[in-house]
Amino acid sequence: MTPSTLQAASHPLAGTAAELVWLLLLLPLLGFVVNGLISLLTAARLGPADPSAGPDAGGNDAGHAASRGHATHDTAHDSADVAHDSGNPVRHRHAALVSLIGPGAVVLSFAVAVAIFAAMRGADLQSPFVKTLFSWLPVGELHVDAALQLDQLSIIMVLVITGVGALIHVFSVGYMQDDPGYPRYFAYLNLFVFFMLLLVLGANYPVMFVGWEGVGLCSYLLIGFWFSDEANANAGKKAFIVNRIGDFGFLSAMFLLFANLGVLDFTGVASSAGQLTAGGPVVTAICLFFFLGCAGKSAQIPLYIWLPDAMAGPTPVSALIHAATMVTAGVYLVARTATLFSLAPAASLTVALVGAVTAIFAATIGLKQWDIKKVLAYSTVSQLGYMFIGVGSGAYVAGVFHLVTHAFFKALLFLGAGSVIYAMHAAYHRTHRHDDAQDMRNMGGLRKYMPVTWVLMWIATLAIAGIPPFAGFFSKDEILSTVFTRSQGSPLADATWLGVPGRTVLLLVYGLGLAAALLTAIYMTRMMLYTFHGPNRTGAAEQPHLREAPWLMTGPLVVLAGLAMFGGWLNLPELLPLGPQGVLDRWLEPVVGAATTRLAGSEAHLATATEQLLIGVAVAIAVVGIAFAVLRLKPAVLVSPGQSPASTGVGKVLEHKYYVDEGYDIAIVQPTISGSRNVLWKGVDVGIIDGLFVNGGAFLARAMGWLGSQLQSGQVGTYAWILLIGVLALLGAFTRFP
Amino acid sequence: MQAFLASLHFNSWILPTLLLLPVAGAAIIAAHGWLARGPDGAIAEPASARVRSLALGVFVVEAVLSLGLWWSVDPNAAAWQAPVDVPWIPIWGARIILGVDGIAMLLILLTTLIMPLAVLGGWTSIREKQHSYYALLMMLTTGMLGVFMSLDLLLFFAMWELMLVPMYLIIGVWGGQRRLYASLKFFLYTMLGSMVMFVAIVYLALQSPDALGRPVFGYDWILAHAVLSPTAALWLFGAFFLAFAVKVPMWPFHTWLPDAHVEAPTAGSVILAAIMLKMGTFGFLRFALPLFPGAATNETVRSVVLTLAVIGIVYGALVAMVQPDFKKLVAYSSVSHLGFVMLGIFALNVQSVQGALMVNLTHGVSTGALFLLVGMMYERRHSRLIADYGGIAKVMPVFAVALSIVAFSSIGVPGTNGFIGEFLVLVGSFRSQPVYALIAATGVVFAAAYLLWALQRMIYNPLSKPENQQLRDLNWREIGLLAPLIFAIFWMGVYPKPILDKTAAAASRLVERVEGLPATGTASTSK
Repeated sequence: MTPSTLQAASHPLAGTAAELVWLLLLLPLLGFVVNGLISLLTAARLGPADPSAGPDAGGNDAGHAASRGHATHDTAHDSADVAHDSGNPVRHRHAALVSLIGPGAVVLSFAVAVAIFAAMRGADLQSPFVKTLFSWLPVGELHVDAALQLDQLSIIMVLVITGVGALIHVFSVGYMQDDPGYPRYFAYLNLFVFFMLLLVLGANYPVMFVGWEGVGLCSYLLIGFWFSDEANANAGKKAFIVNRIGDFGFLSAMFLLFANLGVLDFTGVASSAGQLTAGGPVVTAICLFFFLGCAGKSAQIPLYIWLPDAMAGPTPVSALIHAATMVTAGVYLVARTATLFSLAPAASLTVALVGAVTAIFAATIGLKQWDIKKVLAYSTVSQLGYMFIGVGSGAYVAGVFHLVTHAFFKALLFLGAGSVIYAMHAAYHRTHRHDDAQDMRNMGGLRKYMPVTWVLMWIATLAIAGIPPFAGFFSKDEILSTVFTRSQGSPLADATWLGVPGRTVLLLVYGLGLAAALLTAIYMTRMMLYTFHGPNRTGAAEQPHLREAPWLMTGPLVVLAGLAMFGGWLNLPELLPLGPQGVLDRWLEPVVGAATTRLAGSEAHLATATEQLLIGVAVAIAVVGIAFAVLRLKPAVLVSPGQSPASTGVGKVLEHKYYVDEGYDIAIVQPTISGSRNVLWKGVDVGIIDGLFVNGGAFLARAMGWLGSQLQSGQVGTYAWILLIGVLALLGAFTRFP
Repeated sequence: MQAFLASLHFNSWILPTLLLLPVAGAAIIAAHGWLARGPDGAIAEPASARVRSLALGVFVVEAVLSLGLWWSVDPNAAAWQAPVDVPWIPIWGARIILGVDGIAMLLILLTTLIMPLAVLGGWTSIREKQHSYYALLMMLTTGMLGVFMSLDLLLFFAMWELMLVPMYLIIGVWGGQRRLYASLKFFLYTMLGSMVMFVAIVYLALQSPDALGRPVFGYDWILAHAVLSPTAALWLFGAFFLAFAVKVPMWPFHTWLPDAHVEAPTAGSVILAAIMLKMGTFGFLRFALPLFPGAATNETVRSVVLTLAVIGIVYGALVAMVQPDFKKLVAYSSVSHLGFVMLGIFALNVQSVQGALMVNLTHGVSTGALFLLVGMMYERRHSRLIADYGGIAKVMPVFAVALSIVAFSSIGVPGTNGFIGEFLVLVGSFRSQPVYALIAATGVVFAAAYLLWALQRMIYNPLSKPENQQLRDLNWREIGLLAPLIFAIFWMGVYPKPILDKTAAAASRLVERVEGLPATGTASTSK
């Protein structure tokens, strides 16, 4: 019996529902397998025994031609992302079965998660419950088990993933119903849930990395879901490659960990982390490499560029993967690695600073986007920055808290946007017009046609803007007030970051966070005004067809709205006695408590007056932002995209996202490609190695052969002369060196 | 299973049987071809069709027989497994000594399992001179298996050369447009290296004479008795290095590979990538390192080899990225992957060496599958140019799924086999050679770049070319031959422990032998 199984047997969770943790993973995996097979079997038309016999050998050409027409039709779908543009939308013939399996697997998984959570609430958990499935990589001193870990942090993530995931699956049943790739969609979505659960349940870094890359793979597949459009395929590829840069960081961090500690499992790392010099170069390097991984997965500067492009995927995918779950994996990683980060204050300050700069940077871009999903994409980048401010300044609970509330209100915003796009698309479809169903300049006044969506999205907007008592207010306020508190005196404030005192960095982070909050309120209000208020710009012909999505889609929105309204109750501050306080603080204490204390020290509580002031400032900023947007922006003067004047000056720079993509292209992508092609391949390979050495050698050999052949001229006179010279030379040689 | 095999005395006959069965097969095929010749000297079509079934049958028997090795070989034993030792050329001191350890056993299994798939891969595309083609495949198999099981240096060299001629002919006769250039380049490149190695082998045999002063070529004997000065060891290592580095291929000895791959028929490419590229790294593990530990651990030598390995990783990936021809892309990706193997071998610790062995196997499976897939594409469309495709996932969904799975395994996505080897190589190398490992790790980014870009241009994007709209999806034969490889991709990725267990003892023995000895260049302890 190995030590880990011994430990598992005596653990308070042994014998409870927690033993079923593998079932959480198995359900969505089975869903993927079944739906994947349905997809493949219904799409496949197997070829003839001899493929070189030509396309017309055997097979029924009728079905062939039909599918061909189908294919070209798909290619032609317009810029919006709902693919029900054929004359009579044909539902997939196994749609009912697929809709049962896909969402069903995640709903069941959620039920298991709730049962496990109930078991955990009843137990006194001081250590994680580790379930070892089998030995994965046993090589010498390296022991990596395929093991799952349940603790207070992982179960929160599991509940969010399966809960929000289930809602989004249900929404997808409506949103994707007429798509020819319906089973493929649910197969990918279930596979994503499987990998995401593996990511948060893995008991060591390598298993977590399996989930980490797995979700990246699903993200790639789903961004490029409508792959016949080159832009979509490009976006998927870009997401994967940029994420791989981050994964290089994650891998390097693991290598450093193993080289220095000899372990890779969370328990082992936490218990042996003390061997690393606190604040030393090794632990700092490990944390910075991990954070490079986070910057990729969670879209932080400088690797955020893939996330806005990822909006090419179906909108429910954006809600699930690119807002609620996958992109928060980096925040989870820092919280999971809190022990190491708390030993590396410089790395923690880097995390907070990058988070703050990303938060404000992305928020400014969000101000000038016209595509409703792009606004939400930059908003997500910005909000992820907030989470990193939290975990970077040692406010691990606050960071996770914001992760949870953000999952609620951002999923709601994306699904709401999905409903809007669905309505717009349906209206264009009826009138056979091809226009951009995602451009807010084509919207306006939708409140009249979609009142439910309108109300629900305002709830989410108030939540993200930080208006009390909506969820976002509590989590964002907790992050900002903790940063301020830390700056007033804590080990983190006493540390230095590239020579700059920690307290200065923290104050800067706090200031940037406040500014980003102001911008958040502005761009979100702008989005709501342009979409739902003012006159409608969709077109007179389309207006009669604009209507609310079916309840199958609106239902999940209502649930999310409830969560966005009351999610703050998870962790109420002491100052606002609205219910039980600091629930999440206490829940996560066994996981991140020690690390928090290491960075916070015995920090004095702020005076109540100061705390009240901080809250007041935060609320005031949100209100000012909303008011500013309402007063300054005039939805009435907007015109449709074709007729609107090009923006100039700062606005133009923002609309073009600071030209960062173009910059990367010129500075990195193009030089790499042309260097590889012209220098390495055509220069070194073909030119030097092959040209000079290989073919040069061959030429030399031929030249020698030619010389030799010239000697054999057949002229006896020549031979005689050569013989004479040879004899003389030999004689000379022997006489000189006897 | 072990008891059953023992009752058959499996270990006493299996290695010679595996070597001789293909020879017998080749003889039968030659006889069949001779008998089936019509009055005009041509072979009638039905006879040609029968010969491929015969060849497949031989390879399947070979594969089934070899599977027994999985159980009969004790990977932890210090002695060679399934040993055979009979006199061969007494006057030269050369014997037929065969034997395997865990490493050789896995490579033998890889060979015997890939061969039937390679035959199936060319099932319909090889239409000319089928008798010669299949006879050559048989001889090639004997040569490859012989390299993995020879424990006499002269026998090893004979087998090494035996592989060369059939492959030269397979490329040169059944290859593409520039097949003569490619096959000659392949032949000369390899000959250059092996000639130097031959001199070194003879020198070694002369340096380790038996009691009567006769040369001895036996591997164990040379390990135990060769007396070499450090300088001599360095030169000998250099000679072996040249032969093996060409085969690996290490940068800058790699330029034969893209040409050979592009011109070879599907089976040739599959065998080249999956098996023959393993000869070089196997040579380092079996011969160059254990025979000359002092030279191999020499700081200069090691940094040169590691530098070349890391250059190979990054360079191969970057050049792969810009190839318009998919076969060339895969060829350069092999340069990159084999760079990981070399890094792992020369980082010399348990994790890195085990990782290197794993990359060897996974590269065999994944790259073999990639070349099979390219072959399927080529049979339909007669083009290897990536630009000629696009959007074919619409018409060939099964092909698209298979290509994606294999590509992601080649990228090294965890859960597939590609991850295991790369991870182990890097995690091990990081302990002893952090700088090289860090540079090598950037390879994971480039690998994603070149394969995903190619994948997008082949199966995604609009299906705009009319020729491609007619393409038919894979047939059952093609699905059947990909299925075992795809199964292996996931099995090795999810549960690699059985395989790692097979190589653990051999890997740690190697590390102990090479690292554990003082750098005198003398091999003094036996295996």
